[in-house]
Amino acid sequence: MSRLARAANSSRRVLVTPEGIAMPVTLASRGSRLGALMIDLMIITAAIIVLFVVLAFAKQGADAAMGVTDEPASSPAGQFLEIVAILAIFALRHGYFLMFELGPRGATPGKRMTGLRIAARDGKRLTTEMVLARNLLRDIELFLPIAAMTAASFAGGVASWTMALWLLVFALFPLFNKDRLRAGDLIAGTWVLEAPKTSLAAVLSTGQAATTGTSRTTGVAYRFGEEELAVYGEYELQTLERVLREDRPEALAAVQEAICRKIGWNPGAGDERAFLEAYYTQLRARLESGMRLGKRKADKFSA
Amino acid sequence: MASVPASGHAPGSGAGQAAIEAAALRSDRFRLEREGDWARLEEIVSRMEKGRLSRLSDADLLELPVLYRTVASSLSVARETSLDAATLAYLEALVQRAWFLVYGPRTTLWSWAARFFGGEWSRAVRAIAPEMLVALLLMVAGTVVGWLLCVQDPDWYYSFVPGELAGERVPGATREVLLKGLFGNTGDSGLSVFAAFLFSHNSGVAILCFALGFAYGVPPLMLLVQNTTMLGAILWLYSGVDLTWEIAGWLAIHGTTELFAILLSGAAGLHIGRSMAFPGDRSILDAAAAAGQRAAVVMAGVILMLLIAGLLEGFGRQLIDTTGTRMAVGGGMLLFWLVYFFLFRRVPAGSEAE
Repeated sequence: MSRLARAANSSRRVLVTPEGIAMPVTLASRGSRLGALMIDLMIITAAIIVLFVVLAFAKQGADAAMGVTDEPASSPAGQFLEIVAILAIFALRHGYFLMFELGPRGATPGKRMTGLRIAARDGKRLTTEMVLARNLLRDIELFLPIAAMTAASFAGGVASWTMALWLLVFALFPLFNKDRLRAGDLIAGTWVLEAPKTSLAAVLSTGQAATTGTSRTTGVAYRFGEEELAVYGEYELQTLERVLREDRPEALAAVQEAICRKIGWNPGAGDERAFLEAYYTQLRARLESGMRLGKRKADKFSA
Repeated sequence: MASVPASGHAPGSGAGQAAIEAAALRSDRFRLEREGDWARLEEIVSRMEKGRLSRLSDADLLELPVLYRTVASSLSVARETSLDAATLAYLEALVQRAWFLVYGPRTTLWSWAARFFGGEWSRAVRAIAPEMLVALLLMVAGTVVGWLLCVQDPDWYYSFVPGELAGERVPGATREVLLKGLFGNTGDSGLSVFAAFLFSHNSGVAILCFALGFAYGVPPLMLLVQNTTMLGAILWLYSGVDLTWEIAGWLAIHGTTELFAILLSGAAGLHIGRSMAFPGDRSILDAAAAAGQRAAVVMAGVILMLLIAGLLEGFGRQLIDTTGTRMAVGGGMLLFWLVYFFLFRRVPAGSEAE
């Protein structure tokens, strides 16, 4: 397996929904989560800057209106706006993630842009308590390690570096477990998943070649016998499906040739798609009827 | 938007019926018969994902869970009968997208608050009662140790009470100086700023105390002891000049709420640490998740208590200038919390927590 394929495989998990359906999910990559965090932090920072500019202007205006010139820092308007500032920063720091993750879209703007969602690890409902728990730990995972690192790099000394390193353990926690949980995810019972997006591809078995086995171009009827269909299994069927959906002429020709070699037919040219559609439909019909009887054939090597 | 292929018509329509009959495979007929529902679900899900809730009718919202179950059952049937990989992949993705919405956080703030105050909070607090006892013992021990060490050697005072906080309150200060700090600040301006600052600062400390519980509960223990040695040292200082009752009132008016909140946050942190160290017959992850969610409820309440404590400290203490009234307010708050947490044993309807 290539490194890329292994990486893709290691992020696959299977959840069981409350209805008892096994649902394959993909864990969000650490990179896209970092990206989402960066976007969110930028939004928070921008909001704080805007808030301060607005408050500064408001204070100037209010002070002028009330005729306050001396001691501007403790003017009544200044005090009121200071309270607004303290509470707003508290709300932004602790409430931003909470508000968005509890909202109808269940993700912060950063997560939405990077296509991530939060979900309960047990497949059940994501509760308010979980979102609360995972966001209460942001302080020691994010703000404190940064502050401690900055402090240590200025102050130096064994104690402050030890503290910084210890806090770094929390910051780097997602790197050290296979489910990429942050400390907050761990105590909340949540994880971060990729939001899937696929559209429904066309039905393959309604074409003329598929339904009747006859080619529209040549009028030849393709009928395959039991032993001609028995050579392949589900794996080959899915490969064939992919080739048909991609619809590249050279691939169609190559696959037709491979099948004909295997079943001992003479491959004709120019009618590959009809041949393959007919073979695909008849092979699928055979495999699916086996499936209904509880007999499955994984690939050409299995009995 | 749903990308319904040319062959995907609503079941029952003339052309759709023809397409279903034309399909050579039973599994494709199955798909064509149900495609309408799938497309409908995909449309609702896409609109909800884009946040256009206002454009969604109530009928759509009611239909979502129904359609979700329909499509989920389509998926389980398709897994048993169909070998069409594209359809299976589509259904899996669609079920997952709908699952995010159906099992997402769907309570409104209002209904959550009703449940929270209507019993969830006090239940979570009761659930961490053993840890609260430990935290209480530690806080008492911290206070006593702070006091005793100062009795032995007044220099300890400086290591317990940081200089910027002590101000004039240092060993050797006269009774008058100390008394002045306790009373007569009713005319102070800036009370509200002070209250807001206290709230923000104390909440930060409480969240930290809780968050550190994650590290197997040791740091919150240290934080609890460290904070209460300061309390012990201050009590020692004032009792030395016969102001014990006055300092007690000065601290109690907000302190009963604030110290209770700090006790709860420490206990919540300990609770997580304990369940990770001793998960019982569950896995560490499950135990941590269950404890974390319970502790999160406690913490939401702690923030609220600290808001009240900030108001009491910022306004109440300055405006109420007699020790008797301060004691009454502080004692009343303590009584209120105890009654609310331990005697109010209602289990709210529709509780999400286990």
